[in-house]
Amino acid sequence: MTTTFGHTELPDEQADALRKAVRLAWVTIGFLVLAVTLVYVVMGSSQAMKAAWVEDLLSFIPPIAFLVAVHFAHRRPSEKHPYGLHRSIGVGHLVARTALVAMGAFMVFDSGTGLIAAEHPPVGLMEIAGRPVWSGWPMIVAMVLTGVPPVFLGRAKMPLASTLHDRVLYADADMNKADWMTAAGSIVGILGIGAGLWWADSAAALFISGSILSDGVRNLRVATSALMDAQATSVDGKDTHPLVDEVDELLRSLPWVAEAGSRVRDLGHVFHIESFVVPSAGAPSLGTLRDAREAVVALDWKVQDMTLVPVEELPEEFLPGLSARDRRAQCGGRRSRVRAVPGRQPSSPTSR
Amino acid sequence: MGFTGDMMGKLLVAFAVLCTSGCASSFPADPDGTLDRVTDGVLRVGVSPNPPWTVLAGEMADPEGLEVDLVEDFAASIDADIEWTPGGEGDLMDQLERSELDLVVGGLTAKSPWASHAALTYPYTTTTAEDGTEEKRVMAAPLGENAFLVELEAFLLDQEAER
Repeated sequence: MTTTFGHTELPDEQADALRKAVRLAWVTIGFLVLAVTLVYVVMGSSQAMKAAWVEDLLSFIPPIAFLVAVHFAHRRPSEKHPYGLHRSIGVGHLVARTALVAMGAFMVFDSGTGLIAAEHPPVGLMEIAGRPVWSGWPMIVAMVLTGVPPVFLGRAKMPLASTLHDRVLYADADMNKADWMTAAGSIVGILGIGAGLWWADSAAALFISGSILSDGVRNLRVATSALMDAQATSVDGKDTHPLVDEVDELLRSLPWVAEAGSRVRDLGHVFHIESFVVPSAGAPSLGTLRDAREAVVALDWKVQDMTLVPVEELPEEFLPGLSARDRRAQCGGRRSRVRAVPGRQPSSPTSR
Repeated sequence: MGFTGDMMGKLLVAFAVLCTSGCASSFPADPDGTLDRVTDGVLRVGVSPNPPWTVLAGEMADPEGLEVDLVEDFAASIDADIEWTPGGEGDLMDQLERSELDLVVGGLTAKSPWASHAALTYPYTTTTAEDGTEEKRVMAAPLGENAFLVELEAFLLDQEAER
């Protein structure tokens, strides 16, 4: 059975990555059910433990958002949704990132007020198997048990997220990273309480939550701008996606093309590309146009929904920054004129 | 990607600092040294009347009651003399928060609303109310004085085991 996102058939590598990612999402949800229960049982009055628990609750959102988003992304385009439902990824990403920001903000507030009010967290004894045990120890055990698995889950998800160009999965992997940092912070906090430093717990929580919040805000920006049709970027949102330049380079390298320019937006997993080409001599034949389009589509599995428009001159209106782009192309010396063979198979389906 | 990078390093450093500054004395330790001060010293106990747990016998006499007996035994276990302060629960909790008292008793239950003002101890006994609900009887210790809290709770657990 072939796996599809809309009408894009996934190459084997992506189909395989998707199967693994879905399995990991279910593993994550199962793990979180156990973690939430365990932490609730031992949390007592530690601020950091309470924060870790709330955080575990919020951690349910990214894997669930991923499963829901993928479910919709599979659907074929219809009359009602001619672009397909790829945007479900954008929506899922926004939801998942909002969850991370909410978690960070909650923890910053919670531990910040704890510090300001100089709250001294009491951690007393509990009875385990008839023996009195300082409650800090079971808390630390719980934090180790709930803090270690996310490291492996996150590491397994990160490469899949970039193979699939899936931002929800990427956010989920980030959440796992936040999970283990919170667990480590709680352990430091509890040991600090044990050492008689009442502020250690809140300070550790504040330190961890501050970094989660600032990460969250940055990524929330990426999620929003992708939904507002920003130029396609890499899965972490840091750089312009290399395909953007590759498409133009390929088109320019065709013998009948004088100039070419494209706008590329990220629908979620796959791109939507509108390319404008200026033929060097007269109108190209329909067959020539088809070959050019097929060559671009063969560049990468993410390229399928593509419109190729022959024009007299490149429309500045639809390609803002055109003159700057030209300058860059001339000064930088058009990098490599590769991938110019029309209709060739995708070289490597790995995305960036 | 930073999964194990600088964050872990900073936490380890933080932990090392905590260890060198704190691990020397008892674990867990008191930020304000309550246990050290009351051992061989004076245990300042606030008592609000709630028979049969706490009974105020009069201006001059020491209080009586099941919980008062427990406190006296605990004080004896750490060689402390008791200084009783009678009063209403609210006033006593305020004094506990201002570190003017070391312990408040008065037949408090684990469901009492003082949890954010005081460290409610491990229950020394469980009673059944008239409507059949279980009530865990607890004492109130200062927030965050964990060495003192653990000493007291260990004593209460022992008492429970003996009965």
